[in-house]
Amino acid sequence: MRRVALTANGVRRELEVEPRELLVYVLRDRLGLTGTTVGCDTSSCGSCTVLVNGESVKSCTMLGVQADGMEITTIEGLARNGDLHPVQQAFHEHHALQCGYCTPGMVMAAVSLIESGEATDEAAIREGLEGNLCRCTGYHNIVRAVASAAGVAS
Amino acid sequence: MTAVESAPGFIGTSVKRKEDASLLRGKGTFVDNLTLPGMVYMAVVRSPYPRARINGIDLAAARAADGVVAAFSGADLADEWVGGMPCAWPVTEDIKMPPHYPLASGEARYQGDGVAVVLAESRALAKDAAELVEVDYEPLPSIADISKALEVGAPLVHEDLGTNECYVWKLESSDDVQAAIEAADVVVTRRYVQPRLIPNAIEPRGVLAQAGPAGEVTLWSATQVPHILRFTMQLVLGIPESKTRVIAPDVGGGFGSKLDVYAEEYLAAALAKRLGRPVKWTEERAENYVATIHGRDVVHELTFAATKDGTITAVKSEALCAMGAYLQLVTPGIPLLGAWIYSGPYEIPNYSVTFTGVFTHTTPTDAYRGAGRPEATYVLERTMDALARELGMDPLDLRRKNFIKEFPHTMASGLTIDSGDYGATLDRALELLDLDAIRADQAARRSSGDVKQIGVGFSTYNEMCGLAPSRILGAIRYAVGGWDASTVRFQPLGSVQVVIGTSPHGQSHETTFAQIIADQLGVDVDAVEVIHGDTASSQLGMDTYGSRSLAVGGIALWNAGEKVIAKARRIVAHQLEVSDDDLELEGGTFSVKGSPDRSMTIQAAAFSAHSAHNLPDGMEPGLEATAVYDPPNFSWPGGAHAAVVEVDTETGDTRLLRYVAVDDVGNAVNPQIIDGQVHGGVAQGIAAALFEEGAYDDEGNLLTTTMATYLVPSAAELPSYETDRTTTVADNPLGVKGVGETGTIAAAPAVINAVVDALSHLGVTDMPLPATPERVWKAIEEVRS
Repeated sequence: MRRVALTANGVRRELEVEPRELLVYVLRDRLGLTGTTVGCDTSSCGSCTVLVNGESVKSCTMLGVQADGMEITTIEGLARNGDLHPVQQAFHEHHALQCGYCTPGMVMAAVSLIESGEATDEAAIREGLEGNLCRCTGYHNIVRAVASAAGVAS
Repeated sequence: MTAVESAPGFIGTSVKRKEDASLLRGKGTFVDNLTLPGMVYMAVVRSPYPRARINGIDLAAARAADGVVAAFSGADLADEWVGGMPCAWPVTEDIKMPPHYPLASGEARYQGDGVAVVLAESRALAKDAAELVEVDYEPLPSIADISKALEVGAPLVHEDLGTNECYVWKLESSDDVQAAIEAADVVVTRRYVQPRLIPNAIEPRGVLAQAGPAGEVTLWSATQVPHILRFTMQLVLGIPESKTRVIAPDVGGGFGSKLDVYAEEYLAAALAKRLGRPVKWTEERAENYVATIHGRDVVHELTFAATKDGTITAVKSEALCAMGAYLQLVTPGIPLLGAWIYSGPYEIPNYSVTFTGVFTHTTPTDAYRGAGRPEATYVLERTMDALARELGMDPLDLRRKNFIKEFPHTMASGLTIDSGDYGATLDRALELLDLDAIRADQAARRSSGDVKQIGVGFSTYNEMCGLAPSRILGAIRYAVGGWDASTVRFQPLGSVQVVIGTSPHGQSHETTFAQIIADQLGVDVDAVEVIHGDTASSQLGMDTYGSRSLAVGGIALWNAGEKVIAKARRIVAHQLEVSDDDLELEGGTFSVKGSPDRSMTIQAAAFSAHSAHNLPDGMEPGLEATAVYDPPNFSWPGGAHAAVVEVDTETGDTRLLRYVAVDDVGNAVNPQIIDGQVHGGVAQGIAAALFEEGAYDDEGNLLTTTMATYLVPSAAELPSYETDRTTTVADNPLGVKGVGETGTIAAAPAVINAVVDALSHLGVTDMPLPATPERVWKAIEEVRS
């Protein structure tokens, strides 16, 4: 076991993790942050996307021990005082989620895409979300939601 | 009748989803999010061989491993089962139904067949120990191709059956179908291979089982079918339905793959009882590819007969349909769900359909979005284009000439379509499309010899969903009924609880069903709470599949609402000392006709119903009602879809430029949610056309074992969709039709017809599924050489 100190959604946490433990399981099983979901075992689906020091990362591609000293933001950390983050709100307005399983990862990827200034038009949004799979929506409303939150036409 | 007696007007508006509040905040209750004290984790050891004799299983090392609680082989658990895992649809009297137990013993029959389980204190320890299970496998000859599995000498999936043929099922309008074909001016016969599709709900399956001291069992399962699961638990484990509670919490997509009851659900329940500890199993994606059902894998030969003027006189379909190695819940019946619509929206007087079910050493097939209807619609709509080419007719003229034009219409296949206007949906699609401009662009590219050619393809479809009239299901040997149920309950202080028997996994029932009841009762949509997915609160239900929730469950809801209104009306009439008929309900208030000042709200009636101080003599207190609705007919949506593709003739790369979908799904309860269903359905149809194929080698080794090798498309591969609706009102109180599968049914033939159209000037007349760049490139090279 290794001692790791990280900040999850603004709260400093110290915990013992196995060296082989993926960050996503540290978040889910150790910290109870089950909003971040697991959809595959090949880093293909993006359901487990979180922000690590502000950048989107598939949390199945990172070991928990690598998160030592880092700031993690998960879907649970986006809303402020009960108010949805603008990307969450846009997903709601545009019906950009159905079953909701891929949604946390999709929202976190979209937040990162917008904050990095890369969500410049529909094509850029589609390319930018390429690493996040959704089986319900056909992406149409996700793209519109992200465009709306980014303030670009779609 | 109109749907709305009172009029806050939620029906027909895009009320934002109630479901989103928790899901958007990461507060979903998906099974893998749930933990119970003392829980152990289960891992399943699976056969790596498509077929192997199991000569022995050594569990000693696994049992001795760190954190391991127990480990069992199939033989160890044989006494747990009072019956095999049931198949609910023995489609013929002489169908071959091989026994199927939660773990294989003796012989593994497909890659992924479970042979042992390990239970440990953590997910990782269970998986570690599963690696230590030593199975003495003796690989045996195996077969994966349905076209070869019926040949003499082919390896047999079930030796004692003596054949790989599961059943032969026929539907014929008369004995004269062959005569009609022989008498025709033009006959077109085409062969189509529809490969396996792997459903890929983004949430893999999962189950958590807890057993109580009195023999009661609670199962949380990522399932579409909590009621069916409860039912089958008695058949396999002998646990009475009265002692079983099944909870489908938030479920992360299903698309038919969770319309099933699987080995792991029985194993978790049996082992929770045996160990006295809760047992959890979460499927990994790699497991999902072999251990969750697949869809399609059908080879058709379709024949159309027509007169020279384009009147289609006969359709004859013969298909080989993969069952996989075993029959899952409704495996043999999947082709039958398309059996009545090989004539689609066209009036075709002679009709013949034959399905041959075939066992192979592969993962069992079962329902995948559309289930039988995409298979039928694909071969039908592709052949419509082929026939048009043969006749030298415009494919749209051929379609219009043969459209059914009067409703209700009884088809040669025997079922009756209640409503539709196929010409109107096609007209609207063409308005959106601007076909002349596309044809002009196509002509310009052709004459300039542009590397990138474009094509447009159509699919004018109908489908039968809303499963289903129980008597018809009985007549076609489905084991249970097709009704559904709903309870509408006023709480004393005026909020409304709706308990439904359908079980959503993305379809937005909490919102849509609240809209309906809010309008009907005249209360705010936020005053309505929809409860689902728990057999303790919803004893009566037949769950969600086959686009049935609204078309069947929604009508049960409406009927329950009518019962509640009738009782409230009696209470109000009693208290205002008028007769029931003197009252009208508007906006949630009963008032005396002609004396609107004499009134009482429905909430006040609800309070009176519970205080019971002043009720009519003999009336029971409380204000709730349950209705069970058995539909008299299937639901018959239809529409016109058009795809515009651009094909790079040097690389074969094919891209969707546009996708237009105009559907008739009856009255719209929530247009935004309907559009969402169409988008997602179309995406899966496009994926089947261009990207997805579950491929096996000849022996039955799955070649597409991950999301890295099986291309579930991302936003970058898919287009925006242009959707609209035309409306014919269905023959039910809400006038609604099913919508969940329409897009998947319609899309694949539209896309492939477009690819063929793009290349038709080069001489390309056919295109295999999926139309990957390599296949498209080869098709072009073949006609060029």
